[in-house]
Amino acid sequence: MEIRFDGASFGYEGRIIVRDLTFAVKGGEILGVVGPNGVGKSTMIRGASGVLAPYSGRVFVGGQDLETLPPRKRAQIVAVVPQAVQLPETFLALDVVLMGRTAHLGWLGQESESDRRIAQAAMRQTGTLAFAERQVGELSGGEQQRVLIARALAQEPGVLLLDEPTAHLDLKHQDEVLRLVRALVEENDLAVILTLHDLNLVARFTDRVALLSDGMIRKIGSAREVLVPRELAAAYGIAIYVTDHPIHGTPLILS
Amino acid sequence: MSDTSKPAEGISLTQRMGGKRKVVAPWMWASMALLCSLLLSVAIGPVRIPPLTVVRMLADQLGLAKIETDWPATFATILFEIRLPQTILIALTGMALGGSGAAYQGLFRNPLADPYIIGVASGAGLGAVMAMTFHWPVTLLGMSVIPAAAFVGAVLTVTLVYQLARVGRTTPITTLVLAGVAVSAFTSALTSLLMLLSTEQLHRAVAWLLGGFSLGGWGPVLAALPYLLIGLVALVILSRPLNVLQFGDEQAVQLGLDVERYKIVIVAAASLVAAAAVSFSGIIGFVGLIVPHMARLLWGPDYRRLIPLSTLTGGVVLLAADAVARTILAPRELPVGIITAIVGAPFFLYLLRRAKQQRYW
Repeated sequence: MEIRFDGASFGYEGRIIVRDLTFAVKGGEILGVVGPNGVGKSTMIRGASGVLAPYSGRVFVGGQDLETLPPRKRAQIVAVVPQAVQLPETFLALDVVLMGRTAHLGWLGQESESDRRIAQAAMRQTGTLAFAERQVGELSGGEQQRVLIARALAQEPGVLLLDEPTAHLDLKHQDEVLRLVRALVEENDLAVILTLHDLNLVARFTDRVALLSDGMIRKIGSAREVLVPRELAAAYGIAIYVTDHPIHGTPLILS
Repeated sequence: MSDTSKPAEGISLTQRMGGKRKVVAPWMWASMALLCSLLLSVAIGPVRIPPLTVVRMLADQLGLAKIETDWPATFATILFEIRLPQTILIALTGMALGGSGAAYQGLFRNPLADPYIIGVASGAGLGAVMAMTFHWPVTLLGMSVIPAAAFVGAVLTVTLVYQLARVGRTTPITTLVLAGVAVSAFTSALTSLLMLLSTEQLHRAVAWLLGGFSLGGWGPVLAALPYLLIGLVALVILSRPLNVLQFGDEQAVQLGLDVERYKIVIVAAASLVAAAAVSFSGIIGFVGLIVPHMARLLWGPDYRRLIPLSTLTGGVVLLAADAVARTILAPRELPVGIITAIVGAPFFLYLLRRAKQQRYW
């Protein structure tokens, strides 16, 4: 499925944070969104999920205007992996994943056998079945992040949005989570938008990169085209050096 | 459940993944406890009726079995015209407070929330005290005026609070709580003022505000029942959306829940239930706060279990408190609200101490 921004601007209480977003992400593709703090990366994710309506312009998912869809219809198409901090700690991991079925349930909210099967499959894909019966508050940051990815998969979406999925994770778990996202994109033909602070992870794990600065897309394209010293220096306001990663061959960004 | 890594009832993964969840056991426990409390409650009083006789009288009355009448005729009057309706009203009140308390705690995601948090009690109090001090007629269109005024007061207050808390198209939980506190303070002040200006009604008003079951007979039971039934059934249906709301408004929307609509429906159902209970029984504190915590400690945080189990437990707890209120200074009867607070507060502290050892909220 495709998500397409058509001149969309987002903000809060009359103040526009990001403006004139125009780009599309196709099924099977990962777009990494980077830029300095406060530039509006999270605002853009909120806009792409439909919880924030655009001030102007439109967002289309699978050809439908996101703003015209009720929450239930939106959640059947677009799933969000938020930062892992806002979880009810005493819920079991399985119950958290089953929440992903909310948009597919009847009005009495009964989970059927097939809902449970879908949740189980999502947990298998994300390697979280082993702690299905544990409270999410007891899980490590990486495990919580994977549970949230499983919940998003249980929504059976066409578009997956991830807001800083590697925040608070150590190097190994950062790698693990992004590898998982990469694998899922190919298996489930998802269109993915993720925000990341770590430019090297962006270079390694995404297909295209959008660099935001001053509330606009400064440049969008491949990591090679976007993650270059001149653009990065202009966006972040400090000198930045780019070389090649000795193993992966991807751009290696150093400040 | 001291070992928090295990689910509340120790059900295996395969059972949960494969077949139906085992929710029968806690249900059975709570229902049995409620039934026993009802039997004991009708048995005690100035005239003691042995519980076994109560069962036989009930079976006879309902035509379930042919039973030889070997009890005094006064027993029938005491049981069917005095104790049974009173006991059922108490049980219903407790159930209402337990169920709506759990719903409010879930909606506000706050362990300190109770059925009175957005103005049900203060609104009902103002309505009832107005009816007393302005000497409104005792009945109007066949309805007792005090509970009717209390009910209207509660519903109006909650509606006002909800309207005040609206910010654009949304009703943030924080503004809802704050509006509730402010409006409650205002209506409580008006209530106090009315009571001071009308000293001859002071005793009656205080007794009502402390939660004394002053009304008798089947009338109150029948009047409260429809609201309680509709509200409690609605809350049970709303228990899964309550689970989704535990992730916060934004995630709930992203999971597909029409959050603002569900907030209104949950507030309406919980307030209806609490208002009906308060109107006929007065303001009984602490039950709606403690009972959901008890249920949560015993059976875990899933609202699909918490709502029905808090409801049943609420009935048990209030029946027990009422039994104490009726017997401890017999023949004098204390307002049950005093007992729930005297026994409830220390019990709550004990629960909190225990809860420190496990993650339960």
